[in-house]
Amino acid sequence: MNALTLTLKQTPAYAINCSGLTPNLLASKSVAEIADIQLSYGNSLVSVGELFEITGSDAQHIVFKNASDKLDYIGANMTSGKITVAGNAGAYLGFNLKNGEIHCQGNTEAFAACNMVSGLLRIDGNTSDFLGAGSEGLRKGMRGGTVIVKGNAGDRVGDQMRRGLILIEGNVGDYCGSRMIAGTIGVLGNLGAYTAFNMHRGTLLLTQLPKLHATIQDCGSHTLPFLSLLFKSLTQYNTRFSALNTQRVQRFVGDAAYKGNGEVLILATKG
Amino acid sequence: MLINGIQIDDTFAEAFNMRGTRVIITAQNLKWAYHAANAMTGFATSVIGCGVEAGIERELSTEETPDGRPGVSILMFAMGSKVLMQQLETRMGQCILTCPTAAAFSGIDGEDKINLGKNLRYFGDGFQTSKLIDGRRYWRIPVMDGEFLTEETTGMVRAIGGGNFLILATSQPAALAAAETAIEAMKQVPNVIMPFPGGVVRSGSKVGSKYKTMFASTNDAFCPTLKGATNTELSPEIESVMEIVIDGLTFDDVALSMKVGIEAICNLGANSGVKRISAGNYGGKLGPHLFKLHDILNGNKS
Repeated sequence: MNALTLTLKQTPAYAINCSGLTPNLLASKSVAEIADIQLSYGNSLVSVGELFEITGSDAQHIVFKNASDKLDYIGANMTSGKITVAGNAGAYLGFNLKNGEIHCQGNTEAFAACNMVSGLLRIDGNTSDFLGAGSEGLRKGMRGGTVIVKGNAGDRVGDQMRRGLILIEGNVGDYCGSRMIAGTIGVLGNLGAYTAFNMHRGTLLLTQLPKLHATIQDCGSHTLPFLSLLFKSLTQYNTRFSALNTQRVQRFVGDAAYKGNGEVLILATKG
Repeated sequence: MLINGIQIDDTFAEAFNMRGTRVIITAQNLKWAYHAANAMTGFATSVIGCGVEAGIERELSTEETPDGRPGVSILMFAMGSKVLMQQLETRMGQCILTCPTAAAFSGIDGEDKINLGKNLRYFGDGFQTSKLIDGRRYWRIPVMDGEFLTEETTGMVRAIGGGNFLILATSQPAALAAAETAIEAMKQVPNVIMPFPGGVVRSGSKVGSKYKTMFASTNDAFCPTLKGATNTELSPEIESVMEIVIDGLTFDDVALSMKVGIEAICNLGANSGVKRISAGNYGGKLGPHLFKLHDILNGNKS
């Protein structure tokens, strides 16, 4: 069986909510039934058949072709299977993702991995602000799973993140790890201002020392044995992080303004 | 049965159900892994007085340990899950947490999970950090040499304790030399430990005593100095008896270990001074598992 492929017929003018198009929701549906599903498009409803050309039948692997940044909520609440986005994705990619894998081959808008619970989200391009954060009003962000970004990320990466792993091979914007509760964020590139702002707990694993504010305190250079376990676990992913092997880090702890016990680890050598 | 001039008694070892766990101890080098493991398995020869029976199962190479450092695996057995949990936590706290560079990891999966470092984390006084890596939770506890790393839990499985055999020889040095030979061979068998000093016990016991407060006492039938004074099991030429006790994860593990040990002794031949191999048979008073010596040596499962 070929992957169920949804090819966008033309670039949409308004945002499309794709949360109804996940492997678990489409598992028992025929192509005709899928074509009849109504999606919100701007302030109206439009059927899948009008927006997408549908080919293939294996709903366990859904492919969005000609994908555009208007496709919001791809893979939302997904519990199994795989989604490939050939192109860009809109906001809230992998929203509340519970299991399975999402692979975006292009860029995404803001709030990717928002409220994510488990599973794997891979983004080959860049992503915007609030990666792995919580949706508005929630006190907790991402609660588990793994996010791998090959490109850059915007501001507020891991805002209020509670658990899980975010790996960014490129640069990130301001306020990385802000209000972070737990979990691990790795960044191989540069970071903007206010890194670890109001960080409670959790780990920022960096290769370059960003400009840290006064309430992130230097605890000196150390050899941390847990890093060998972490790096070993990363070898299963296709990422530059899997080449890291040093356990030697400079450790900063904060944010003291919040009596925080979060840590910013600067790896001694580049991976 | 006669092997290489050594008589194998038609008897059986009697063993009982236990709860067991395995812990992997790593350190900067093997020397410190052994310091930690020896402390953790110290005073753990018999459940009668120590709560648990524990020993070092084997050395682990850097490829076999979770953190890529040299290490050893420890097996620990107790009569019940409660005692095992309590002893494991106490020994972790006093022997592994305290040992420079040592780290502890789960060495076995089981339906039941028992605490390894789960409660030790409070030693961190709020500075402790948890990391969930590949579905396993670890605790990082700041200590004066750096950071103590431990997995949160390890598995607990049903196990078998008290497998044994007796070495009957014409002299004490001959009995001990044969026991040492057997232990060296048995150390190569996985999933078992021989918990007594050097793997050998000289004070084998029988069930019961003439004293009301004692529920075990010296096995007088195998004491050579009592040959004329008690209902002895020993022939006149036997002057010393050594026992090897085995705890293992399964019946087959214990049986294999006994087979390997007895065969190693038989390879020494009767000229070594060993005349007989027997076993601790308590007439069904001790436990449900019977390790019949002849069946084990013939490769039959009892």
